[in-house]
Formats: sequence, structure tokens, C-alpha cells
Amino acid sequence: MQNLVIIGNGISGVTTARHVRKLSNMNIAIISAETEYFFSRTALMYVYMGHMRFKEIKPYEDWFWSKNNINLVKATVNSIDTDNKSVILDDGTKISYDKLVVATGSQTNKFGWPGQDLPGVQGLYSWQDLELLEENSKNISHAVIVGGGLIGIEFAEMLHSRNIHVTFLVREEFYWDNILPKEDAKLISRHILEHGFDLQFGVQLKEIVAGDNGRVKAVKTDRDEIIECQLVGLTPGVHPNIDLVKKSKIETGRGILVNDFLETNIPDVYAAGDCVEFKEREQFRFEQLWYTGRMHGEALAQTICGKRTKYERGVWFNSAKFLDIEYQTYGFVAAAPRDGETSFWWEHKSGKKAVKFVYKSDDHSIIGMNTYGMRYRHKLFEKWIIEKRTVEFILEHLAQANFDPEFFEKHEDEIIEEFNKQNPGANLKLKSKRGLRNIFSKELV
Amino acid sequence: MTPIQIEPFKIYKTHNPKLELIKKIGLGIFFVGLFFLLVSLTGQKDVGGGLLLFLSFGLSIIGALIYCIPAFKESPAGIKNNRIFFNGFTSKGIIAFIAGIIITSFYVFLYWYPGLLVNWIRLVDPLSYTLRGVKADRWFLYGTFYTLAVLVMGTKMIIKYRHNTYQIVRTLSVMFFQLGFAYLIPALLIMFNKPEHYFSYFWPLKYQYLFPHDVTTLTANSGALGYFMVMWGAAMTFIAVPVLSYFFGKRWYCSWVCGCGGLAETAGDPFRHLSDKSLKAWKIERISIHSVLVFIVVTTALLWVNSATDGKVLGGLSQSFSSAYGFLIGAIFSGIVGVGFYPIMGSRVWCRFGCPLAAILGLFQRFKSKFRITTNGGQCISCGNCSTYCEMGIDVRAYAQRKQNIIRSSCVGCGICAAVCPRGVLRLENGPEKGRYNIVLDDILSKS
Repeated sequence: MQNLVIIGNGISGVTTARHVRKLSNMNIAIISAETEYFFSRTALMYVYMGHMRFKEIKPYEDWFWSKNNINLVKATVNSIDTDNKSVILDDGTKISYDKLVVATGSQTNKFGWPGQDLPGVQGLYSWQDLELLEENSKNISHAVIVGGGLIGIEFAEMLHSRNIHVTFLVREEFYWDNILPKEDAKLISRHILEHGFDLQFGVQLKEIVAGDNGRVKAVKTDRDEIIECQLVGLTPGVHPNIDLVKKSKIETGRGILVNDFLETNIPDVYAAGDCVEFKEREQFRFEQLWYTGRMHGEALAQTICGKRTKYERGVWFNSAKFLDIEYQTYGFVAAAPRDGETSFWWEHKSGKKAVKFVYKSDDHSIIGMNTYGMRYRHKLFEKWIIEKRTVEFILEHLAQANFDPEFFEKHEDEIIEEFNKQNPGANLKLKSKRGLRNIFSKELV
Repeated sequence: MTPIQIEPFKIYKTHNPKLELIKKIGLGIFFVGLFFLLVSLTGQKDVGGGLLLFLSFGLSIIGALIYCIPAFKESPAGIKNNRIFFNGFTSKGIIAFIAGIIITSFYVFLYWYPGLLVNWIRLVDPLSYTLRGVKADRWFLYGTFYTLAVLVMGTKMIIKYRHNTYQIVRTLSVMFFQLGFAYLIPALLIMFNKPEHYFSYFWPLKYQYLFPHDVTTLTANSGALGYFMVMWGAAMTFIAVPVLSYFFGKRWYCSWVCGCGGLAETAGDPFRHLSDKSLKAWKIERISIHSVLVFIVVTTALLWVNSATDGKVLGGLSQSFSSAYGFLIGAIFSGIVGVGFYPIMGSRVWCRFGCPLAAILGLFQRFKSKFRITTNGGQCISCGNCSTYCEMGIDVRAYAQRKQNIIRSSCVGCGICAAVCPRGVLRLENGPEKGRYNIVLDDILSKS
């Protein structure tokens, strides 16, 4: 029987294993130094905040793995010997493989700031980072978060939940506005300020200063301002974790170089998830999301089991939650409008709900949507993007895609009214609403 | 680059000592109220009067409400489950066990040693005279405690979920049914010298309502009203249950109307995450709840056979069944374990493992209903909030991460899974049966 060895028990490695098990009875071993059992990395924040414990963020009960005959090995891999098709653990144990999947995830970026390795300075990625944070945040009153991405806002929210005052340094003009359009970024920035965070825009970290005890005491900004703090959270993004692979014959760039089949330069060696770099692509060479990690695993399992399958990223989607505001994105919404694109923005008077539609200026076909504080149906938005529906069509049918809980206030009428106002001549009307009719109809309306 | 100023509508402080103080004052007043409640228990038999009632019940209520109010100013509306697993009261610490023992003891006294509660019963006499025109008994005391718990903790629930209209409407509904149907109407009936009757309960949860004894007594002694009460109960059991469950799932009753559900959704909310999510618990649940259903069906049938044959065939057998059910299920399971173990096993132990009405509603929900929880495409991040906060112990995530709709007989449709989901993945829906197990996209699209 063939041996499949997977390095890394994150969402990519685990999804690969689960899907291989559905298709084949080959031996499967997952090696991880982080934790014995798979957990949801996106839920780490909730453990720190006391919403859940480690037990709750494990998506499968512990019996699941032996029942499905998936071997879990808690160990550090020291090296990969592709000539002899084996991996060597740090205690010298040799595990031979017929097929190998590298899914080692990513690491926190550090930009060579003075003091970045001081005690009390840390990123937030792994279970060990969380344990370190428990130590580092004991009895402290002020923390500085550097870098305004998705991990940054989660990090800030976590500390805030423990009554630690947070200064949040963002290099950009607004929070995350290298990804979000201005209006969108402004809405989120306002919400962050509402929570009482000291959110500072257009500020960069220059230096982290140590106190007499050798721990972090303050940060110095590029405006030479000193901010006293007892903890610094570094969240300026992540990069592929490929230290292990670099020592092997597997080809790397900034990540592990793979083709669209997630195959590396070495036969029978594959890579998936955050650690890969798609060598054949012009753009989007890195995909470091939970969802893409899962989809890599699903496609790769087919290939490993003999049905060579190309990974198709499909219509792009992602979601996040900025404190209390949920965010979904579909298709592509550029931070700055590109040539030939028009955008439409509606914002509720509360300042906590909004939609952004980006469409082609000539034929009005949709390119992407962002939604804030309102839920919409993924599959319907995806379908509309594939079918290249016009923004007018989508607006008229928007109510059908509404996914908010029952009794929530609906805003599709206001959204259409706003579109008609911004586009004289457009005289759109909402076509159908969801509601009680669904209870009595044979099919969903 | 010059930073641009953004003016938020309002700014909340990270740490607000003033609000902490208000909460402490509220808690203090609450405990003073509890103190007077204890004092009144040990005091003279003729305590009565309005003053002590105010000092005990009144201060407890006022204190609890003061404790809840600062939530408005602490942070913007949203899901705030911070520290739930750090707080001993909500995570099975010593204080949770103490609370469990106190509630359990109360039930033991109530059922078997009501003499120990006599001073409390006298304490609510003024209230009983006002509402019912007679002096209080232990069940009136129990009903008063119960209703107050639902109202006060319901208010807390509404404040906590003030951003979520579904939760607000649903909580108002359980508060309304508890106050009106399970407290005031029964009291008024007594005031007008009619049989006390709870219109929001029916067989097999309120099993006596279809027992021969109740049916014959009501129809024989209470004329048209008695007939109405019997017919109402029968109509609820045999018509409302299948029809409403078909359209809305079992939630129309379990998390909107029922008093047991009402207490679980309000006073039990801080303990909802304590339900066991393991596969093993689900297996036990299925055996246990359906056994209780069989037990009560057999008991009811035996009683009717006995009644029809004037006891000639069965002798004392049916009466033994009835007493056994009343003791084991009615008192121990639904009361002591059901509520007393809130701080240890979560708020829905009775509803999940025992309630025979929930079993029937669940069978309809599972096999013949339009209700489902829809999973939104591929947006699940397997975080586990939905499963954690499911009071019925359903591993919601197991379905959501597979992109499957959730259709489980035990789901009471409280909607908290959808509320706590950080990615907007879940939605409670009543829709066509076709494609219920997974939405058939083409059906939606053919309409667009």
C-alpha cells in the first residue's frame, strides 16, 4: 500500500488527507509540530477572548482521525530527502513516502525593525503565538499593533477584550485601504475608532525600544513620537513558511513553486495552502486564505488519487469580520478604480451597513461586490458574476440574495433608490422580495 | 502623508470604571434583595406585608436590571461573548456548582418539603390576593419566581442581542407567553373561581391534560369552559403541532411559546454553551427522548383503557405507571435535572433528552417540514462558534463546513448559531421542501 505523508495539519493538509481518504485506502500520516489535533486557525482569537476553548475550535472530535485511519504525528520535520523519498524528523526517525504534500503555512512578516525580536514583541499566527500572548499580556495596560490587515484588527480586538488599551498604527491613509476602496476603508476605520481604539493613520514604526528589564517599553514612530506600551503586536502580513523546504531539492521562490496542479519540480511531491507560489501566474501568485487552502486540498486529493485535477480558483470570494461589522467580497473590487470601471456605493445612515458594486463602464456587467453589515447569498452572487449580469439586473434582484436573519430591516429599496439618484435616467425597481411567500410556495422565490 | 480625521458617531472606552461601578452597585442591590429573601425564609410565619416583599423580590429585580443596563454603554451592539469560558459562573467553576445545588434544593423543597418554603409562600400572599383573590400556595410561589426569571433575564437577553431583530422578537414572545399564558391567565381563572389552566401547555408535555381524570373533571364540572379547555388542548396536540411544525419547524413552540423553552432562552442563556456536542451525547439523546415519549404514550393509553373498563382489566397498573411518570419524569427529570443542572449541563437538558412533546415536534421537523438552517456557500471557516453556542448540543459546524443545510429533529430554532457566526454562513428559513437538504440553486435562478 502507498504511503502519503503530509507535512502540516492546517486546513490545506487536513483537507487533502480527508479527501484522499474518501477516494483511497492508502496510508496517510499528517506530521505537525504545532498541535496534535487540527484546529481552526481563524478561531484562535476566540480562545483568547474566552468565547471558546481549544476543545471547541477543533472541527473534529479526537476519535475522527483513528476512525478514518489517518495517523497524526506530533513532531518536527528536520529535512526532506527527495532522492530517497523520505522525511527525517528531528529525533532522527525516518518516514518514507510514496507521495509527499508540503503544507507548512506561513509566517509573520518582519521588516528588520530595530527591536523586533525583543521579549514582548510578537506576531499572531500559531497556537504557540497564542500561548506566548497569554504570557506577554499578563497585567499589561497598553499595547501597540503595527500593520493594518485582517490579523491586525483581530489582534486589537483580542487585547481590547481584556481591557488592554490598543494603539493601532496603520501605514495607510485609512485602515486596510491598500485592499479596500476609500469609502469602504473609511467605514471600517470609523467603526474601529468607535470601539475606542487609538487608531493612527499614515504612521510607520521606526523602532521598538527596550526598558531596563530588557522587555519592550515603547515604540518610536516615523514622526519620532514615542508611544509607551508593554506589548507590540506585529501584523504586517505573512509570507510562506519554507525554511524546511529551502534545504531540499524542491524548487522555491518566495514560496514553494508549483504549477496549477499543485505539483512541485520533484515528482510525487506536492504543496498546498499558504506556502505555495503559483509559478505560472502573472498575478495572484500567493493565496493565503482559509478558503483557498481548503480548495487546494480538495483539488490536490484528486491528483494524488490518480485523477490529475487542475486547481481552479473560481470566482473569488472572501469574508471577514471587523469587530461588529461583517464583510463579504465577491469577484474583484480594486482598491483604486481601474480604467473602464465604474463603482456604486450605498451606505446606511447608521454608518455600519453598506454595499459596493464595481461594474464595467461600457456594458455595465458586474466585476465585483463588497457587502458590509448585511449578509448575501454566496452562490447567487457567484452565479451573477459568472453570467456577467449587469449591475441593474443585480440591483433589481438583490432582495433574492438577502441572507440576513428573519425580521431584519431590509435595505434593498433604499439601495435602488440611491442608484437611481446617482444615475439619472436609471429607473430601477425592486423585482421581488423574499418573505412569507416562501412558506407557501413549492419553490424558493 | 497627512492623516485625515474621521469622526465616529460615538466613542466607547476600552475600560470604563464608571460602568463597572454601576454594575457592582446593581449586583450589590441584587444580593441585598437575596439577603432579605433568605431572612424572610427563616423569619416569623406571619411576616407577610408589602415591605418585605419589596425588600426581597423588589430589590432583587431592581438590582438585576441595574446590572444589565450598562451593556448599552460598554460597547457597540454586537456579539459579545467575552470571558464566558473564564468566568467560573458560566464555565462550571465552584460558583456554578453552588448555584446548581441551590436551584436543585429549591426543587426538592418545592416537591417534597414545601413546609420549608412556607415563609416564602406567605411572602407572596399580597401578590396572590391581588392577582388571584386567594392566598398563595407553593405553585404560585414557583410561578412567580419562574415568571420573574423569564422577564428579568429576558430583558438582559434583549439588551445583549439588541442588534438582532430575530432575537428581540423571539425573546419578547417567550416573555409574553410566560407572563400572559402561564401566569396571569391561570391567576385570573382562579380569581373567577374557574379551574386553573395553562393554555400554552398541552399533552404530552402537560401530560395530565389528556389523562382521563382531567378530561372528565373539566367536562363534568366546568361546563362550556371545561369543554373548551379540553378541546383546546387536544387541538394543540393533534392539529397545531403537525400544521405549525410543517410550516415553521418546532421553533414555533420550543423557542417562541413554551415556558420551559422560555426559561432556557432567558435565564438559561448564560449556560447555553455547556451542552455536550459529542456524537455520543447525540446517541444518548435519541434513545432517551424517544423512550420518554413511549413511556407517556403507554401511560396515557393504559389510563384510558383503565378508565373505559372501570379498572376491571388493569387494576392498579395504569395508576402505577402514572405515578412513576409523574415522579421520574415530571419532577426529577424536567424539574431537578432540567433546571437545577443549568449551570453544569446547559439550559436544555430536559428539552433535549426528555421532553416528549419536543420528541413529537422533532419528528415532524425532521421528516415533514419546511424549516431548515441554510448554509451559505463556501463561507464557513470552521471556527466552532455555532456548535459551541448551540444549546441543543448540535454540532452545527459539522454541517456548515460541508456546505450542508442543517436539519435536525432537536433544533429548537433559537437562531443563536446564525447570530454568533462571524461570517454570515447560517440562516433559519422556512422554504419549499424540495431541495431542503441542500438548496437547489437552479430553483432560485429560474425565478430571476
